[in-house]
Amino acid sequence: MGLVYALVLVMGLALTAWIGVQTLGLYYLFGVLIPYTAMLIFFLGILFRLIKWARIPNPFPIPTTGGQQKSLSWIKHARLDNPFTQGEAFLRLLSEIFLFRSLFRNLSSRLETQNPSLTFSSAKWLWLFAIVFHYAFILTVFRHLRFFTNPVPWAVKTAEALDGWLEVGIPEVLISGVVLLLAVTLLMARRLLISKLRYISLLNDYFPLFLLMGIAGTGALMRYVFGIDAAGAKQLAMGLVSFKPVIPGNIGSLFFVHLFLVSTLLAYFPFSKLMHPVGIFLSPTRTMPNNSRAVHHENPWNYPVKFHTYPAYEAEFHEKMTEAGIPLDETAPHLKGKD
Amino acid sequence: MSNKLPKPEELAQIHWDMPASAWMDTPAVLREGMYCHGVQGKNIEALGMPNPRDWRVEDDDWQLPDDWYNIVMEGLRERLHRFRSLQIFMDICVRCGACADKCHFFIGSGDPKNMPVLRAELLRSVYRHDFTKAGRIMGKMVGARKLTKAVIREWWYYFFQCSECRRCSLFCPYGIDTAEITILGRELLNLLGLNIDWIGAAVAKCHHVGNHIGMEPQTFKESILFLCDDIEEITGVKIEPSFNRKGAEILFVTSSGDFYADPGIFTCMGYLMLFHQLGLDYTWSTYAAEGGNFGFFTSHEVAKLLNAKMYAEAERLGVKFILGGECGHMWRVIHQYMGTMNGPPGFLETPVSPITGTRFDHAASTKAVHICEFTSDLVHQNKIKLDPSRNDHLNVTFHDSCNVARGMGLLEEPRYLIKKTCNHFYEMPEETIRERTFCCGSGAGLHAGEDMELRMRGGFPRANAVRGVRDLHDVNTLACICAIDRAAFPALMDYWAPEVGVMGIHELLGNALVMDGETERSLNLRGEGLPQKPQKDPDVEKSSSSEATPEAEGK
Repeated sequence: MGLVYALVLVMGLALTAWIGVQTLGLYYLFGVLIPYTAMLIFFLGILFRLIKWARIPNPFPIPTTGGQQKSLSWIKHARLDNPFTQGEAFLRLLSEIFLFRSLFRNLSSRLETQNPSLTFSSAKWLWLFAIVFHYAFILTVFRHLRFFTNPVPWAVKTAEALDGWLEVGIPEVLISGVVLLLAVTLLMARRLLISKLRYISLLNDYFPLFLLMGIAGTGALMRYVFGIDAAGAKQLAMGLVSFKPVIPGNIGSLFFVHLFLVSTLLAYFPFSKLMHPVGIFLSPTRTMPNNSRAVHHENPWNYPVKFHTYPAYEAEFHEKMTEAGIPLDETAPHLKGKD
Repeated sequence: MSNKLPKPEELAQIHWDMPASAWMDTPAVLREGMYCHGVQGKNIEALGMPNPRDWRVEDDDWQLPDDWYNIVMEGLRERLHRFRSLQIFMDICVRCGACADKCHFFIGSGDPKNMPVLRAELLRSVYRHDFTKAGRIMGKMVGARKLTKAVIREWWYYFFQCSECRRCSLFCPYGIDTAEITILGRELLNLLGLNIDWIGAAVAKCHHVGNHIGMEPQTFKESILFLCDDIEEITGVKIEPSFNRKGAEILFVTSSGDFYADPGIFTCMGYLMLFHQLGLDYTWSTYAAEGGNFGFFTSHEVAKLLNAKMYAEAERLGVKFILGGECGHMWRVIHQYMGTMNGPPGFLETPVSPITGTRFDHAASTKAVHICEFTSDLVHQNKIKLDPSRNDHLNVTFHDSCNVARGMGLLEEPRYLIKKTCNHFYEMPEETIRERTFCCGSGAGLHAGEDMELRMRGGFPRANAVRGVRDLHDVNTLACICAIDRAAFPALMDYWAPEVGVMGIHELLGNALVMDGETERSLNLRGEGLPQKPQKDPDVEKSSSSEATPEAEGK
């Protein structure tokens, strides 16, 4: 159900933009107002979310440890998987962010019900799809800086040159875009083909995937099929970033569809699971060092509790304790005035 | 109850197929054998917790307080402000599914709501409905639902089908920890007086008497002395431990499983023998007798309340530091919570081994040392004499307890001790040990009798790995460093992997330990005959003595 709604939603969004510019000529709305609003929501949304998260305390040090602790000097300590210092914990976090280390551990389990047995095998597909998708996405975004900078920085040009190393087609095929589309498709296929995943998937999961397909798809159509006025697109982009928005001649409606889907992604980002790359920086099981016995961790809302005190305990059991020869505490109040 | 337990062949007919109806449209069916009894009113009253009453799980009406809805919602709001973990874990799950088949309860039951991701969604759906705009507006479409009494039942059933083992959190790309969800989910349920009695009763006794089983001070002392008598019978060495002794250097605390029940008591004998041999200046406490903490399975507050006694007693007795026995969740609490909850203990000193002079700097703040750290240091510095051949009839494998594996990282110390105390050690498959270890299936207060089917299902992945090494290497001994393991494994092994006994590491050590003034040992700590003195061909002996291995100690 979520799948269908998500697809309809994304197609509806694309159609809205198409009609908006093609029929109604709302260029300023789709080219300037909506992108600005989306960017504002994106930056402020992330900022507010981040502040909201960061203000909540981590009452207890709860890292998930993935290797040997630092204890006796002659036992080898797993510094990355069981970080003891803040620095080591940061390295662990980097390994999660850049290498998807935890996902790399993924195993698949196989259950044999006749003569019951359970076996495991390495399952790196999810890791592969995920890491390929994210790097392709980053590279694609980075390449787009060419539209927002003048002169185009060396790094962006180099990235694009490298991206087109296949030198196939006119204009030459940029690998990141193709890979991005492929990876998103694989992630979607995985979600649909694995029954457990299909069972847990929501509109919230399908929608961003379709949105990304829409964005990458319209991008590819513009570049390889229909072609657009790239100079015009750049003019519009430069206008946006220099806060002197302009709507150049005829860039082509497809471009506005692309831009509108990107705007949707930006505005949707802070309110969705897409916040995961920000959230992981604050995820206590991955960011905290495992040194809780060596360094005191303070809980800001720690409050006193009324535990059963020793004097209360002794008051109840002192006869039995005396009989059993267990030493009593002479300071305990019940002893005063006795014996 | 246990006569209703299906046979292993029947239980093994597990299917991971997903039902046709969406999980939100599939009401939870509370199946007997898969849950524990509801908590009795008196056990809630004992701690002054809210809404005490006697209720039965089987009843349609759980007698929730009138404003149950607001209590839970307010409780959730408060916890979202107090625990960054909860807020983040509610917000960033992408439902990638990496956790799905990592949970032993899902593997063993095939129930989709036992997939960690769905267990969290049980709570997340309510969070979405009341704390996010999209959820409020779009409802079910975006995975949001209103809290109802049926949802409360569902929470209760599934938050008490999670053992807080954190295996899922290891595999999650964002470290989302279902233990946090379960711990806080159970806190919310406890606001309505919905604990299980296996936990609630233990907590009430521990609060009042000082240990989970309600052993009064004189009985506690008797039990320990009883073990000392056994030791004298076996070794000829007389041991006279002290209780509540002021001025001792060390306060020793272990879980009640170690001084209460077979096979934990044999581990306890190992501690007693070791400390005696070392001439350690230590004391037991009858007041802070319990190292385990079922409060941790109830709420953070109750965990703190029970744990507070440990430092209070250490201060009263004037010891220098705390030495803790073999226990899993006890060590999660000591390692990750105690200092924060009830410390820092300015009155204690950074632990230094009085025997080797080793300073345990990694415990400089909390001032508590794990017995395996303490003993490994002794063995490494040759301070004790061991005769591992006394354990030659044992083919040993080691189960990493979840809490010390993923909430501490105590992986090498126990292995070092096993290798020094016995000659035949075999690891289980690498996907099932160390940080990837599988739960015993009974953790987090679930090792009751009435939920035996749940325990056998949850313990299946672990038992399956044990059975593997049993068949491959004739393993007959499952070593572990957790009191709940020792309580839970005998039944699990009987069920899935018969002929494998369960043993704490300090039992292995006690058997191997050469004590001053001891008579020649002919019996092990269980009073069974030791293998003949090493012969030329140890293999011959191994096969003959494996039959003498104790049957797993069932109830």
